[in-house]
Amino acid sequence: MTSIKGFFRGRAKIQPIWVFVIALFIFFSVMSEYFLSFGNISNILVQTSTIGLIALGMTFVMINGNIDLSVGAILGLSASLAVGLQEISMTLAIIAALVSGILLGALNGFVVWKTGVNAFIVTLGAMLGVRGLIFLYTGEQSFFAMNFAFADFGTSTIGPVPVLAIIFLICALIMHLVLTRTSHGRNTFAVGGNPEASIDAGIRLGRHMMINFIIVGFFAALAGVLLASQMGAATPNLGRDYELWVITAVVLGGTKLTGGYGSIVGTLGGVLAIGILRNGMNLMQVPAFYVLVILGAILISVLIIDKKLNAPSAKEVRI
Amino acid sequence: MASTEQTKVGVPSGKLSKAGVLSFLSAQGILIFFLIGMFVFSFFSEQFLSQSNIMTVVRQASIIGIIAVGVTVVIIGGNLDLSVGSMLSFSTVLVVDLHDKIGPTNAILLMFALTLMIGAVNGFLIGFLRLNSLIVTLAMLSAIQGFVLIYSGGQNVDIANQENTWFAFFGRGFVGGIAVPVLMFGLLAIVIQVVMSYTGYGRRIFAVGGNPMAAVYSGIRKNWCVFSTYLISAFCVACAALVLGSRVMGSQNNVGQGYELLVLAGIILGGTSLLGGAGSIWKTVIGVLILGFIQNGLLLMGYPYYIQWIVTWVIIILAVWLDLANKRKRLFTSHS
Repeated sequence: MTSIKGFFRGRAKIQPIWVFVIALFIFFSVMSEYFLSFGNISNILVQTSTIGLIALGMTFVMINGNIDLSVGAILGLSASLAVGLQEISMTLAIIAALVSGILLGALNGFVVWKTGVNAFIVTLGAMLGVRGLIFLYTGEQSFFAMNFAFADFGTSTIGPVPVLAIIFLICALIMHLVLTRTSHGRNTFAVGGNPEASIDAGIRLGRHMMINFIIVGFFAALAGVLLASQMGAATPNLGRDYELWVITAVVLGGTKLTGGYGSIVGTLGGVLAIGILRNGMNLMQVPAFYVLVILGAILISVLIIDKKLNAPSAKEVRI
Repeated sequence: MASTEQTKVGVPSGKLSKAGVLSFLSAQGILIFFLIGMFVFSFFSEQFLSQSNIMTVVRQASIIGIIAVGVTVVIIGGNLDLSVGSMLSFSTVLVVDLHDKIGPTNAILLMFALTLMIGAVNGFLIGFLRLNSLIVTLAMLSAIQGFVLIYSGGQNVDIANQENTWFAFFGRGFVGGIAVPVLMFGLLAIVIQVVMSYTGYGRRIFAVGGNPMAAVYSGIRKNWCVFSTYLISAFCVACAALVLGSRVMGSQNNVGQGYELLVLAGIILGGTSLLGGAGSIWKTVIGVLILGFIQNGLLLMGYPYYIQWIVTWVIIILAVWLDLANKRKRLFTSHS
């Protein structure tokens, strides 16, 4: 009875971004004969999986009222490690890549927790510094995967469905359940909505925020490994500007920058909107240059619409 | 965004008491840090403190410095500007491309007009529609980059006749032995510092950044204040584009990529709080110079250039942390 409604508990109304996704879907289906095919749809899912995975973690961090600008750099480092360490052992390479993301996320979170320095500044520094670490490790060289099992994994499918798409969707489902069904998820909203009150309510604010930074670090690293496997290579500049795309996706999905409000379902919509736009405009042979302008314009329009629609709700009590 | 610490501006007392000296020292902490850093670097490299090296570093830092002066005003007003890097690409490509087509004077005028227009768009969206500045300027970053690529067709632009044009003055010229970029940097910094400290306009920007509600209740037209900070930022970017285009006599279409981060790093090193309502142009100048000297010192010591990013990472966090710790009188946060 309440099962479907309960599944979207707390954020029961249909998010505007999904209306936008459906509109885009119909628009491109009409405009391009190639758009509406199974191959293309799964293509979109594969293309969005990298940004999508990071966006899952970023949603948690942004609901917390923080931000992580270092995800692109963490992705680059983990991709380089995953390919670069394969000479020793592939398992070790992948583990090292994922651990690097977890450690850097933990470092970001720990610094934010202990020093009280704004997350924007901490992760801005990390964004520069981790990029420096990548160049230090790679010596400005690109790495190519010699291990074919690794390179094949990124393009493999289970039945007709690409593995990367499955991984992304499963992670999205897990993170959705964590956000809506667990105390960690509840605390995430509480901390973002009112940090002082959540300290009074006994939430260990510092640790809690650190865990969310670890989550986003892990997802950035996972995205790096999968991207490297998809390309069969890693370059030192991999992941540059990804933080912009990820934040764009999360904001499009309705998560508030000020914290306390957001959802994985919305983020999924935001990621898909960007993916469909890029794919659809590609199929319509719109030059890549225009796509940048259109995305910027859409992001600002969404902000304006959101401001107009949700102006009264800002005064309501949240959660 | 998560930090809720109160920022207090250290007010220097008139008498030279012990507390006064201490508060002066803590207020100028970044300057002391800078001097110690210079001292350490001079041990490792003999050329470091030579006059020509110092002039070179200041000249190289002046482009980032000119932009940082403008962005500091935006940040004092309580907002952010991440679009300055893309704007720098836009303005540089524009002025270099138009130089051959409509002459240097017209090119410069048109470039300033169009750059200020972009600033006005930013200012309108953030000042009047009150959208979040982080996201708006992030969106503008991508949109302006798109415009640059459309305009240039993805090609880099060059000035054909590089020998016989007075356009070279802005990037390569000297006035009284001082390089023009340094002169522009210094002049802009002084003028804007004076405006921010000694005029009613400057006080209003501080008020709007510090406590927007109180500012509105005391009759300050907040929308116009925020709007104007983005015009100042755009004007500074246009000046930087003039210097950059004239120095290189050409432009890549992504020349400004990443500048917004270096600019922010310089401002943060200078000790301007991202929360708004506090900060000074003078400290931004010091912060930008620290970045320049770190880069130069590490290069002279023989390290690859990307080591500076790692060092910058550590220094940014240390600088902001110690500043915060000083204000709250304890090193670590109290929450668990």
